[in-house]
This record gives sequence, structure tokens and C-alpha cells, in this order.
Amino acid sequence: MTTTGSEQSKAPGSIAGSLSMDDTSNIRQPLWLLAELTYACPLQCPYCSNPMDFANIKSELTTQEWIEVFKEARAMGATQLGLSGGEPLARPDIIELITEARNLGFYTNLITSGIGLTAEKAKAFKEAGLDHIQVSFQASSEDLNNLIAGTDAFQHKIEMAKAVKAAGYPMVLCFVTHRQNIDKIDEILDLAINLDADYVELATTQYYGWAMHNRDQLLPLKEQLVRAEAIAHEYQEKQKGNMKIYYVVPDYYEVRPKACMNGWGNVFLTITPDGTALPCHAARELPGMELPNVRDTSVSDIWNGSNDFNRFRGFDWMKEPCRSCDEKTKDFGGCRCQAYMLTGDPAVADPVCDKSPHHHLIEEAIAKGREEAAKTEEQAKPLVFRNPKNSKEICGL
Amino acid sequence: MSEPKFTENSVPVLALGYRFQWEPAQDCHVLLYPEGMVKLNPAASEILKRIVEKKQTVGELITELKIAFDGADLDDDVYQFLEEAHDNDWIRAE
Repeated sequence: MTTTGSEQSKAPGSIAGSLSMDDTSNIRQPLWLLAELTYACPLQCPYCSNPMDFANIKSELTTQEWIEVFKEARAMGATQLGLSGGEPLARPDIIELITEARNLGFYTNLITSGIGLTAEKAKAFKEAGLDHIQVSFQASSEDLNNLIAGTDAFQHKIEMAKAVKAAGYPMVLCFVTHRQNIDKIDEILDLAINLDADYVELATTQYYGWAMHNRDQLLPLKEQLVRAEAIAHEYQEKQKGNMKIYYVVPDYYEVRPKACMNGWGNVFLTITPDGTALPCHAARELPGMELPNVRDTSVSDIWNGSNDFNRFRGFDWMKEPCRSCDEKTKDFGGCRCQAYMLTGDPAVADPVCDKSPHHHLIEEAIAKGREEAAKTEEQAKPLVFRNPKNSKEICGL
Repeated sequence: MSEPKFTENSVPVLALGYRFQWEPAQDCHVLLYPEGMVKLNPAASEILKRIVEKKQTVGELITELKIAFDGADLDDDVYQFLEEAHDNDWIRAE
């Protein structure tokens, strides 16, 4: 759910305005708790942002341990709770977790593939106080969706999108776009219109975890993006007042980095299935992380006092060109995980920025994607699907 | 300037998926919605509180506010807020 940063800033008069970090001596408390309840998932999407070695993480927090995390984060002032995964519906205690979170005053967001959902469950979630359900799709057609998801899920998703609306929720659909499906953007939006969706997010693949592993096969071409953007804008105009369409340009085609997580340890707190606390869900893969766990340390101590959360807080950690850059308060130097994955150093400027001496790495990645796209089906590298078998094989577990 | 959405007889209601609540940590009322939050100033809070409490017309809402605030002349402010809140998709008119 790396899109959440923009989710917050797109709102009129939203908290985004109050998030600037003028005063670094004062640690802001978290507003967003992303609870990755489980890494279990019936789908195998090759663009998943879960860590490659997820199969190695077995000991999930218990119901009581999750409730304790909710209580602590809520007491610190967190208002938004993302129930995510893997597939959060794979947790048998999901209703109990929703009930407790809602009673604590969280705005509860369920981020699901729709697999494991039924019309009855959607109603039961509503009664338990769940505020919002987002159903993700892989593509607009059965064949492509099922190919990308690595399973036969499309028809069920369609039914579940309708069930969510029937249960009294706005229908919020999320399509993750990449080179293999972005040319179908008109079909995707037509599908959303046919389903009478209220919100559609065309979320561009972000290259972490499995998506990074498959980047050469997923990164869209420039001309694909130009076309997709034009179509998205056309539908936005036509659907005004009816269906809201959010379209985000992939950061590989930008010249300034995203304000990742609205700043490290500033707004977002992720708790992984085994209780590890992270400033963002990809940060587990950074070198030198101590990975504090809510089983050993309170959420407040981790947020305020841990080396991990203080590591890239504020601006003191920055190198040039970020350190003296007048845009650093806007983008916080971009994404630490992206800087590490591309350059090997998590403290340099995000290479998306064209002021970065490493910006050529982004251009090379784009060129590599183009080379890969030009290959015939037989020559092309196959997509590696996110499943426990591949996780174990690739990570040597 | 678009057509005004609210008249004396329209009933403002919170939009689907929005929640109004007091946040001790922020020391203010907020509107919560999918993946976001708006911090509200005291005036906006007074209006939204009454929209959430019970269904009533804008006329009734203004009367109630005038009683609460010693007959202050606040009609224009209320209408302006309602239009802005509508433009932001926080509320709709019934």
C-alpha cells in the first residue's frame, strides 16, 4: 500500500498540510497504522510488495497481540488502520480484529483481493463497524487477471465488488497497472463503470519486493504511459460527479522523487505479521536495521526511541544533493528503500531525482525494460510468481 | 461559481464513508474517510456536529446555532461552509 502517501495528500484541507517537518526536535506521532495481518495469500501476483523471503516468516501475532498493538497506536493518536497482508481475510479472527479496532475509534480500511470474501461476510464486517473495503483487481479480463494473479479468481472478484456495494459501502476498486495490463486501461475503466464503482484507483506498480524482482517484465514503456494517461483523463472528465478515478504516474518516469511515507517515521507505522515494526513495509530489506518487535518493546518506545525509526527521521542524515536542496522539505529525499535497492546506499538521494548522481540507474532500468519488451515470448524472462515455493528457492530458505 | 447546493429547506447529510469524531491527540474534531483525515476548526465542528446528530434542514440548523451562539449573524458563514464541504465531498444535500 505504498500509495497511501498520495491518498492523504489528495484530500482537500487534509492533514497533509500539517505534515511538514519544520521542527525536527519534536517527533510527530503516527497517524497511520498498517497492520499486515498475515503473509498468507491465495494469489501469486508477481508485483507483490511483500518481501521476497516472506515464506521464512511463520510466527504471526495472536489476536490478543494485535489488539494490544491497536490500543497502543490508537493511544498515540493513530486514526487510520489498514488491515492488509498478504490477504487479511486469511486470518480467522478478522471480525474480532475489526470489532476491536472500530471500538477503539480507528477508521478501519480492509485491503483485500476479495478472495475469501462472501456477501455474508461483507454484511458481517459492516455490522462489526468496518468503515471501508478496497477490492483489488489484476486486470479487466478473466484471462489476463487470472494469469497475473496466478489463480482463477476473476469472476469471484466481480461478485465481491458487487457484494461490497450491496452491504452499504462505496465500491472502491484498485487496479495495479504495469506493462502487461496498462494497454487495457480503457477496458479496466469500462469494467469499473459497468460495476457502478464509486472510486477507481489506477495504482502503478511500485518496484519493491517481488515487483523489483520482476521489474524488467513489469515496467511500462513511455508510450504506453502517455496513452494510458490520456485515456484516464478522458474517463475522469466523462465520469465527473459519478465515479472518481485516481491515476498516479510511476515514479520511474518522474524527475522528482515521491515524498515516500510522508517522511520516515513521520506518519506511517507498519507492523508485519510477526510483529516487526517498520517505518514502511519495504524497510525490512534495508541493511543495518535492528527490526524491533512489538512482542518485546512497546509501540511508543519503538516509534520514539528505536534506532530504526530515528535513522532517517528529519534531515540530518541527508547527503548531497539532498542536504542543501530547497525541495527536501517537500520530498524528504524520496524513498530510502529505492535508494538502497538501486545504489546499495540507503542514505543517498532517491535516484528518481534528476539531481541525483545515480539518476542514470533509472534510465538504464527503463532501457532494460524496453529491451525485454522487444523480445519474443520464448526469449523473454518469465514472470516469477509470488508463492512460498519461489520464496524459498530464491532466498535459499 | 457553481449553482448553490443548499437552501433553507435542504437537509445536509454526511457523505457515505465519512465519520466525524473527536480526536484527543489532535485536540480537535476530525472527519475520517478512506485513508485520510481532515482536521476541523471549531466553527466547522459546530456545524458538522449538528449534521451528524440529527437530520434537519439548513434553516433548523441555523436556528439552533443562533441559540447556541447568542443570536450571532451566521447565515452566510453556514451556507459558505456547506458549499465548501459539498465541493470537498464531505456532505451531500437531501
